[in-house]
Amino acid sequence: MKRESDFTKRREHLKDLTDEQLERKFWELAGKIVDPLIDLAKKNTTPSIERSVLLRMGFSSIEAKAIVEGVLDRGLIAKGAGHVVYKLAKHKEMDLREVGLKLIDDQLWEEAILLFEGGTK
Amino acid sequence: MQLKPNEKLDIKNILEDLENYRPKRRGWTWRTKKENLEAGPFTYKNCSLPLAKSTPLPSAKYFNDIDPQPDCVITTEIASGRFEDDIRRMRMAAYHGADHIMVIRTAGQSHFDGLIEGTPQGIGGIPITRKQVRAQRKALDYIEEEVGRPINYHSYISGVAGPEIAVMFAEEGVNGAHQDPQYNVLYRNINMIRSFVDAAEAKNVMVWADIAQIDGAHNANATAREAWKVMPELMVQHAINSIFSVKIGMKKENICLSTVPPTAPPAPCMTLDLPYAVALRDFFKEYKMRAQMNTKYMDSSTREATVTHTLNLLISKLTSVDIQSTITPDEGRNVPWHIYNMEACDTAKQALVGMDGLLEMVQLKEDGILRETAREIKERAVLFMEEIVESGGYFQAVEDGFFVDSGNYPERNGDGIARKIQGGIGNSTVFERDEDYLAPVTAHFGYNNVAQYDPSAVTNPSKLIDGCTLEKHEKIIYIDELDETDNVNVRLEETKETRETTNIKPEVEWAGDGYVMMNMFLPASRRVAEFAAIKMAKQMGLEDVEVIHKEEMHPSEGTRIELKGKVAFTIDTDSLVIPPEPRIMSDDEIRSAIDENPIKIVAGTVGEDEHSVGLREIIDIKHGGIEKYGVEVNYLGTSVQLEKLIDSVIELNADAILASTIISHDDLHYKSMKRLHELAIEKGIREDIIIICGGTQVTPEIAVEQGIDAGFGRGTKGSHVASFMVKKMKEMKAEKNED
Repeated sequence: MKRESDFTKRREHLKDLTDEQLERKFWELAGKIVDPLIDLAKKNTTPSIERSVLLRMGFSSIEAKAIVEGVLDRGLIAKGAGHVVYKLAKHKEMDLREVGLKLIDDQLWEEAILLFEGGTK
Repeated sequence: MQLKPNEKLDIKNILEDLENYRPKRRGWTWRTKKENLEAGPFTYKNCSLPLAKSTPLPSAKYFNDIDPQPDCVITTEIASGRFEDDIRRMRMAAYHGADHIMVIRTAGQSHFDGLIEGTPQGIGGIPITRKQVRAQRKALDYIEEEVGRPINYHSYISGVAGPEIAVMFAEEGVNGAHQDPQYNVLYRNINMIRSFVDAAEAKNVMVWADIAQIDGAHNANATAREAWKVMPELMVQHAINSIFSVKIGMKKENICLSTVPPTAPPAPCMTLDLPYAVALRDFFKEYKMRAQMNTKYMDSSTREATVTHTLNLLISKLTSVDIQSTITPDEGRNVPWHIYNMEACDTAKQALVGMDGLLEMVQLKEDGILRETAREIKERAVLFMEEIVESGGYFQAVEDGFFVDSGNYPERNGDGIARKIQGGIGNSTVFERDEDYLAPVTAHFGYNNVAQYDPSAVTNPSKLIDGCTLEKHEKIIYIDELDETDNVNVRLEETKETRETTNIKPEVEWAGDGYVMMNMFLPASRRVAEFAAIKMAKQMGLEDVEVIHKEEMHPSEGTRIELKGKVAFTIDTDSLVIPPEPRIMSDDEIRSAIDENPIKIVAGTVGEDEHSVGLREIIDIKHGGIEKYGVEVNYLGTSVQLEKLIDSVIELNADAILASTIISHDDLHYKSMKRLHELAIEKGIREDIIIICGGTQVTPEIAVEQGIDAGFGRGTKGSHVASFMVKKMKEMKAEKNED
């Protein structure tokens, strides 16, 4: 979009504000712009977030990548990739890493799907 | 391991047992301010605690080698592509006053889906991997102990693997990071929804690790066609990232605005840049300022860049700065070289120390053009945000091309960077969390149904797994190398000769790279000079010759050329014959020697020269000169004829001549020395007297070649001259006794 400057007209409602009022307005608007973005971030996840969860659970970057790919393929990402590993380990009374390595080896996925009743609803 | 100033840092020591290394601390560290710092004869108002070890500015030798450190953190950016060579540069930079080492990433890392591992070589930066980060943090842990001040280590949390990089940085004790989802969106074309969702997680991890954040707003400045017109938008970008971070939980003192004075001379940059700096600090007074230097209008002249950067430092001084960034003056011509990192650090230190206490004497005007322009920028920024809200929010505004438009908002030129909401790298990779979504780890942002397993773990989700890597470092799975041919071990083997033997080669960035820079003036037009210079350098034996700077002195009279080329050979330092540095006697030793054998001298500045300062420094008792040891000085003044010196020596039966030879044009100073020597022979007194000459352009070895007894250059003190005379007198006496 091209537009000539209409600053003089546009600023009419700002010109009588004190510096403090202008500053307050600036931060109110900034808050208003980012609030929906914060909300979005709270409710959603991404492959990178899930890999970062697996890193924190004690998997290497290569392992985390393979597990998240498996989780995505099975439609389980909305449960959390770490959750898949955690729930399986709890259910099978196995060590977390042992479960993760089996998943990478293409094992236990059927059970994971069953445990989560088929994945995302 | 303790580093010793007289020993090189051995990269192999750093790499040893790296898999078990844990960073010794986490979080950002500011400098400790020291009010009324006393250093030498001075008191400083805006300095911090001094370093235990450092390299002072070159001129410090005139002030008892003091090295006052400004009160702001000073950044240097280091990334040559080989992290092992960068470590050596980091140590040098720490000596020059840097306490924030920023590591640039290799080209393309932001599009790499996951972490890179190992130590592959990078382009224009290094691939940020766990091994390299750990090695560099480990090295800095030693270096900071050596210099006596904490050093902040910093890199980038952006791209499509932001959360993973943030976790790795938190685990490895990284102290600062760039994090700004707008950077992803605008400059890396990464999907905007993905970028913001990822950013929230990454920022939350940064909060846990107390990592200071630097935003990416300055890029608008570097990208827009007319950089000074995007000032309202810069404020908006700063605000979006800042308030987004605050809402995630980041404390404001860890949020640093990356701000650049938008213009450079010959633009009237102060008039344009200062109001913006003031406006920004008005609105963001609770946040920290990371003052970046202008790169947008940089060319290949390092001198010009240094002047621009000094003006940038003036803006920092007149407004405020918490982290002073430095841009190497060679950035306009190549990936920065060792020496230019040091120059950049010194430029910041020199300017800031020089301007110490400035605001106790001057202040910015409270009215007039400065405040009016600042107010106008602020209003334009508010209007910009109003229109974002009206358009339907941030994402829609980006899609509509609001950002990086070169018009001075609300003017628009239609050349902004527009991105599709459903587009870019990583589009459709954002997934809504189900009701039973879980992430059993620390520092996870957003919805997390921990209670389904253990209500008592809600505030500490990693309790479910008995602690995650953030609490238990031993849980980290460390990967060493993935590529057998592209890694540090291979490179160390290749550069073994220059690292492990006494053979050396010049270098600009990598061990053994062999590059030298040559400076020449050629009496020819630009193009002729360029090609002549290349041919000359090749004839001098340089390889891979490239002109890196050419500057017109006059269209036809001449051109200044700077070129680089490779030296093909090494020199064995063991084969060098290096004369030992003369020993300086203590004041007491000199005094008692002169008591026993009094010394009488005649002194003067020779030729048609009225300079007297240097010689007086050597002579006068109040400057710590030789008079204080009891030397009897007969000072003949300035513009003294050589014959007059010889005659006086005979007349007064003196022991020595002390001549100041300042004028060096056409080697006049050396010619005078030779003539003085010859005159003494003609008069038959040469063997009875000592002839000493000094001056700013005197090289001791060349002086002695003229036949005189000693030459003294820049930085000489009375004690050096007196030591020499005492020793020489002793030798002469011994010789006479033998005769």
